[in-house]
Amino acid sequence: MSDIAYKDKGSILNPLRALAFFGRKPITEKLEPRPASERYRGFHVNNWQKCVGCSTCQKVCDNAAITMVEVPNLPNDPIKGIRNLRPAIDYGRCCWCALCVDLCPTGSISLSREYVHTCVDAELDSYFVLPDSSGIHNMSFPLGWTKEADNDLVDHVRQDMAELEPSARIGNFAEMVAGYTKQQAILEASRCVQCGMCHDACPTQMNAPEYIRAIWMDDLEEAVRQIYRTNPFSHTCGRVCTHRCEDACSVGHRGEPIAIRWLKRYAMDHVAPERIKQIAAEGLSTARSGRRVAIVGAGPAGMTAAFDLVKAGHAVTVFEALARAGGMTRYGIPDYRLPGASLDQDIEVITHLGVEVRYDTRIGRDVDMAGLRDGYDAVLLAIGLQYGRSTRIPGSEAPGVHRAVDLLRDIVAGVKLDVPHRAVVIGGGNVAMDIARSLARLQMIQHGKVGITVTAVQPEGHFPADLEEIKEALEEGIEILAARGPQKVVLENGQVSALETAKVLALFDAQGRFAPTYDLQDTQIHPGAWVIEAIGQMSDTDTILGMQLTEELAWSRGRLQLDAEGRASLPWLWAAGDMANGPDVVHAVADGHRVAASIGRHLMTMGEKS
Amino acid sequence: MRAENYQARHQPPSHEYELNFGPNHPGIEGNYALKVRLHGDIVTHAKADGGYLHRGFEKLMEQRLWIQNIALVPRICVPDPAPMELAYSTAVETLCGLDIPVRAQWLRVLQMELSRIAAHLFTFGGHAATTGMYNTMFWGVSDRDLVLDLFEELTGGRVYHIYNIPGGVRRDVTEGFLGRVAQFLDYLESRLPDYDNLFFTNQVFVTRAKSVGVLSPQQALELGVTGPNLRACGLAFDVRRDDPYLVYDQLEFDIPVEQAGDAWARTLVRRAELKESIRILRQVIERLPGIPGPIRAPIPNPLAWNVPAGEYYARVESSKGELSWYVVSNGGAKPWRTHIRGPSAMHAVQVLETLATGARLEDVAQIMFSLDACPPEVDR
Repeated sequence: MSDIAYKDKGSILNPLRALAFFGRKPITEKLEPRPASERYRGFHVNNWQKCVGCSTCQKVCDNAAITMVEVPNLPNDPIKGIRNLRPAIDYGRCCWCALCVDLCPTGSISLSREYVHTCVDAELDSYFVLPDSSGIHNMSFPLGWTKEADNDLVDHVRQDMAELEPSARIGNFAEMVAGYTKQQAILEASRCVQCGMCHDACPTQMNAPEYIRAIWMDDLEEAVRQIYRTNPFSHTCGRVCTHRCEDACSVGHRGEPIAIRWLKRYAMDHVAPERIKQIAAEGLSTARSGRRVAIVGAGPAGMTAAFDLVKAGHAVTVFEALARAGGMTRYGIPDYRLPGASLDQDIEVITHLGVEVRYDTRIGRDVDMAGLRDGYDAVLLAIGLQYGRSTRIPGSEAPGVHRAVDLLRDIVAGVKLDVPHRAVVIGGGNVAMDIARSLARLQMIQHGKVGITVTAVQPEGHFPADLEEIKEALEEGIEILAARGPQKVVLENGQVSALETAKVLALFDAQGRFAPTYDLQDTQIHPGAWVIEAIGQMSDTDTILGMQLTEELAWSRGRLQLDAEGRASLPWLWAAGDMANGPDVVHAVADGHRVAASIGRHLMTMGEKS
Repeated sequence: MRAENYQARHQPPSHEYELNFGPNHPGIEGNYALKVRLHGDIVTHAKADGGYLHRGFEKLMEQRLWIQNIALVPRICVPDPAPMELAYSTAVETLCGLDIPVRAQWLRVLQMELSRIAAHLFTFGGHAATTGMYNTMFWGVSDRDLVLDLFEELTGGRVYHIYNIPGGVRRDVTEGFLGRVAQFLDYLESRLPDYDNLFFTNQVFVTRAKSVGVLSPQQALELGVTGPNLRACGLAFDVRRDDPYLVYDQLEFDIPVEQAGDAWARTLVRRAELKESIRILRQVIERLPGIPGPIRAPIPNPLAWNVPAGEYYARVESSKGELSWYVVSNGGAKPWRTHIRGPSAMHAVQVLETLATGARLEDVAQIMFSLDACPPEVDR
């Protein structure tokens, strides 16, 4: 209830109370600019060193006040996820809500404590500003509203991927990663800010923002459709892709990048195989061109090119030396990372479109290149790098010294291997980890105990292998030694008994070439009845091409000379995949698309057949 | 603007005539206008015209993401924007099933009551000005500015705080902020006797305001009157007490009621509410430091936020009466439909038209300010 004495009539003397004001100190407001408060939402400032041009600010802006403007002299590197775009603000539209600050993935944009701007009519465009660190008037006003933990609206934490415990996975080749559930996938997809950095970084320019959006909307068929626009090896890439996309992801600057690879796997695993085939066949040309293309090698590059060319209406025959398609993805990647059944699904989608694959057909043995040249309108070589390189250290010719790719191929092909109790792997890349982990599983099955040592020349933290591969190998009880260079294979009675390594002093010489130097005083003996070399691969182009063709073709530093489209010096021959460009599945797929486009153009411009 | 309001009519040769009262009139806020028919200086008929001020908020909200609307809603009522944020956020939170952290609820009370004080000070000033007492207006506006300083410190914005988002609030209090609020409350309390002398018990005002714009309890209920205007008719209804939200059920405060239902009673209710708000804020200042964070429940990425399908009617007690948001989601990333049930629309149209009829012309502006209607919210 009101506490004032309003019911009183009041005194006639009331006005005299005003006299009391004469005794009070007058309040004087100073006529000078008033500094705004600490978290004031004034004009924008943007730290251009932090900003990557992802345009999330533009997407969340209420009033379409933000335009991304190209700033030519800034870095523009899609692989690192950096664009030379920066937000420009139209202060005729901005409402200073600071959502751009709250949702900025890098934390580059802030609002300042500057709040006065005026101009004459002729300068109305001065309200359109490209803010940098110095703000609207190049005056150093302090920062106002900035991103802090309280107001950060970026979802930094990735959905956990369930995987088998080390103890459960070491005794078998079962796939160790479980895949996302529907709820996890939708939550993970919802973290995406749709900046498209992933699209730019992917060798195949995968429409990742689109398929992530489709997964978020639970429209998995649309997700598959988007995925198949650029990648027919989607089951495979959903599992073993080197995910450049995630390295470029703008959310990854301050949190964990979106699990773009796992989301692809989720979409592929949750649409029926028959439906995937139908979706992949959308756009299949009903008119046949009458042109025939021979592809040598049924790996990702060859099969991707086959996919594109058969969809364009050409007849495609793939010649594969081994019993099954997939190339290195089948015979190089162990089952616990990529189950054969998943790869089979990718291959079936392609063969379903009408690609003919001739298995167990080796060029140079069963068919020769001259036959392909004469029987087909174009020939694509996509033979990969099937042969392991040797260290050529003393003793490396001994029978207990193996190449990693040979062993991996044998394991997939089901060859029974008698793995010794101890083995040593040379190499620090993914192939080294694959063979180490595969042998560890076989040891567990055969002996109940893991005894693998991996020696890499690279220092700790600089291994070419993926971090997660190294982490998982360590979890499985594999010993990994950094900066150890192989010196000789120790033999006892002609049998391998150990590997001797020396400490690596430097990997590169003054010119930056690979030329390791060793401290020969610091040597170690790693016992093992097998030594496995996993230091790189090469191809056997010569035996496939034959003497005559090898001489006819132009070569560059021992490799087939190719133009920008992957075409060799003879007009009917192209090459793609690992043998032309490294180093992984997704690059092979991108390469397959590239040469398929080139071959397609060639076929369309050929004269009538005589 | 309604075209029929501005067509010339044949005027009978009498004392009766029509007058455009506003939009450019010192006693009228914003673009709002009245078309009054007068007999002498007695209003025989009044027609309200909301004018084109904002127009289309509800439709515009359907085009924006759920989060983007938080920057839009406070603009619907300039003098008291905070309850707009709260009601909208509450509706979205309820549809999403979000639990709002306790500290965020206390911070929201802090913002709501500061906003109520700012709005009432503004209204006193406006009301005083319509009775020719401009000193009170200067005082009211400059004291309101002190609240705006506090808002600037707390929220980064003086008028449009954009402080609530679905899930909680965007920032915690700054170091020493509660002390500065306490200082302001002491200052405001010390000013109240001056305000009483200058305005509330000033016979010039009392005489002008008494028995003007009398609203009976029956009329009030029929017209859907809420807030201080309803409580000035002797009906003690306040959403904070009768349908508690936030932590109002843990706070001690009274619901001031007057019986007369006239312009004076309405002003006195607001004057008493000022005291109650000070009382509430002192409890907040005392208890907030002991309440642990966080200040916001985790929310999804705002760019990919589907609010589950459903509808919710969230209501809060604004300085002007019951303010409600009716929000419908079809499960999408944007509202399917929103509707504001604001207090000002009926206070400025139906109620004002009723009360102005029969009043003297010089009281029309006063009646409008005594109803504390906010024109931007009439035509939202």
